[in-house]
Amino acid sequence: METGKTKIISVLVENKPGVLHGVSNLFRRRNFNIESITVGPSVHVDISRMTITVNGDEKTLEQVVKQLAKLIDVLKVEELEEGHFVMRELALIKVKVATPKDRSDIINCVDVFRGRIIDVAIDSLTVEITGTPDKLDAFLNLMQTTGVIELARTGITALARGAKTVRVDE
Amino acid sequence: MTKMSGAKALIESLEQQNVEVIFGILGGAILPVYDALCGNEKIRHILARHEQGAAHAAEGYARASGRVGVCLATSGPGATNLVTGIANAYMDSSPMVAITGQVPSTGVNSSYMIGRDAFQEADIIGITTPITKHNYQPRTIAEIQPMVNAAFYIASTGRQGPVLIDMPKNVQSDIAEVELGITDKVEARGYRPALEPDLAKISEAANLLAEAVEPLILAGGGIISSNASDELTQMSDLLIAPVATTFMGKGAFPECHPLSVGCIGMHGNPAANRLIGEADVLLAVGTRFSDRATANLDTFAPNAKKIHIDVDAAEIGKNIEVDVPIVGDAKVSLKLLNAAVSKKLPKMKVSAWSKRVKEAKEQLSPLLKDRPKDLVPKALLIELRKLLPENTIVTTEVGQNQMWSALYFQALKPRTFISSGGLGTMGFGFPAAIGAKVACPDNPVVDIAGDGSFIMTEQELACSVNEKIPVTVIVLNNSVLGMVAQWQRQLYNRRYMAVNLGKTPDFVKLAEAYGAQGLRATSIEELQKAVKTALKSEVTTVIDVPIGSEHDVVPFVPPGCGLPQQRGDY
Repeated sequence: METGKTKIISVLVENKPGVLHGVSNLFRRRNFNIESITVGPSVHVDISRMTITVNGDEKTLEQVVKQLAKLIDVLKVEELEEGHFVMRELALIKVKVATPKDRSDIINCVDVFRGRIIDVAIDSLTVEITGTPDKLDAFLNLMQTTGVIELARTGITALARGAKTVRVDE
Repeated sequence: MTKMSGAKALIESLEQQNVEVIFGILGGAILPVYDALCGNEKIRHILARHEQGAAHAAEGYARASGRVGVCLATSGPGATNLVTGIANAYMDSSPMVAITGQVPSTGVNSSYMIGRDAFQEADIIGITTPITKHNYQPRTIAEIQPMVNAAFYIASTGRQGPVLIDMPKNVQSDIAEVELGITDKVEARGYRPALEPDLAKISEAANLLAEAVEPLILAGGGIISSNASDELTQMSDLLIAPVATTFMGKGAFPECHPLSVGCIGMHGNPAANRLIGEADVLLAVGTRFSDRATANLDTFAPNAKKIHIDVDAAEIGKNIEVDVPIVGDAKVSLKLLNAAVSKKLPKMKVSAWSKRVKEAKEQLSPLLKDRPKDLVPKALLIELRKLLPENTIVTTEVGQNQMWSALYFQALKPRTFISSGGLGTMGFGFPAAIGAKVACPDNPVVDIAGDGSFIMTEQELACSVNEKIPVTVIVLNNSVLGMVAQWQRQLYNRRYMAVNLGKTPDFVKLAEAYGAQGLRATSIEELQKAVKTALKSEVTTVIDVPIGSEHDVVPFVPPGCGLPQQRGDY
């Protein structure tokens, strides 16, 4: 359900058990709309980075940032400024192969989209593709003609461009 | 380095936080902590009769004293019974540390017990995540003291609130070499309460206030928790500005002051509700603009430029848009603002606005209208103010008793009016009164109750009698769940459903059954006599005051309406 803008928020959190629960609980409790969330290590072993994609109006997004900042295990929250960040998403797509022509069509598409084929079976191909969500959507759309059997998407991960950083001051 | 159990390390850490009292109930998973408390002369343990009572008592203690209240319970049902009390403290921003037992993190039959649905296991960390500022579960003895230090620091600073520490039983009973010392260093790097406001914003606010023709101050509970009443009074004097409070702010400004216009809100003082709509500059401090306070936002202070001071940045812009946002402690910010305003202001003269305030109070304030002769709620509460010394701490239950108290019982000092504002917890007042009495043994403490609410935590009579904590409970007894009955009467066309309490207990006999004193008052004269007897009593007194079942709390802003649309004779 899209009601407003989609924003990407970069959050540095303590790398401790229960922190993801605290963050996801906040979104549910405050009725914020989360589109995707990715979590992984940051440069520091004791700090994780969450990249959260949220959808809502300006006021809601401001509340998301402020409420996240209130959590004790959240060290830093920043909304990534439009046009000043890079983002990627990865998708694994298992595509149906019915005829030899299907196979060559898919391989052509994968080349154009600079994806990779990472598994080959008699009646399917599994494709790895990385890019912006729009690119992934476009590729998926093409694959619908032959048929998508299974799909796994990671959600967006992102970093601010160049000198701009979201990091915890030592 | 000293060898000691985790339970002992916990108790010593609490001692270092100067904890003098714990309200609690024991159970299997917290036994090592109780064993470590045995014979302790620094910390008094008060045995509640239900964990909810323990939590409310800890909050009553905290709100009366300004110190962190501590409650203690076992795992599973002990912990879940605390939940209402923790949620109440969270909604009303009261400093509290709740400690619970937990099943062992390692077990006899396996390397772990937590997560295996052990006897009396409840995921209290998961359960309390949305109703605490933070929670902790130490897995080693070395973690205990840093967590206790952080818990007290987090609970008592910034926007105050509850913190829970969940203690696995093996962590309590295991023995290890630990180093305990008073450590100022608190390990919570993600927690930096913003106390000092932005000076540019202070000066912007000062400009607005200096130019205001019809300024009004709205004081919330934040004034009380940051002990900023003096600064508030100074600001009101400087500007000759009327002061309205929210329900949580009741007591922040003496309600007998000529510039006090009472509480705003659904059942607010009509003078406050009217004047806030006329103000041209609104200075709101330590309030979150709750729906019950503001009513419909479209008609809330529509003409006013709004300055909002709050220690919690997330409260600014959450419910209403403001012109000058100031994130900071109420006391610190008001001090700076007072200084800035006093430099800009010429000597204030009595203005048309101050005349208007006086006139609005005379026309609209319920207290300046006639006091009825019969023992109806309004007469009772006005009379009660006369009977009780100024230092009396009053708690209330929730419902009509609470709203009548807000309207007709003047609070004269901060921390003398304690009620469940945000969560609206029936049964809060009586245990909170016990906690307040422990905090302030020299002050009389009175719970203004309804029969429906009192029954919810009445078992704490056993606690107050046995622990010799004498308080007074005045039960406005109408044999009905009055506030919801009023809504059914006014908004559901008198279709009464599940509000009639039928034959309620004889509260005089009930009190006596617990070893407390029971009295009944059916007239103003009997009330005067009963209250005087109760104030002298060394044992808790319950005064049963039968009232009719159809009294309404009026005036009333119906749901969805704005403050100016308040209706009903009063």
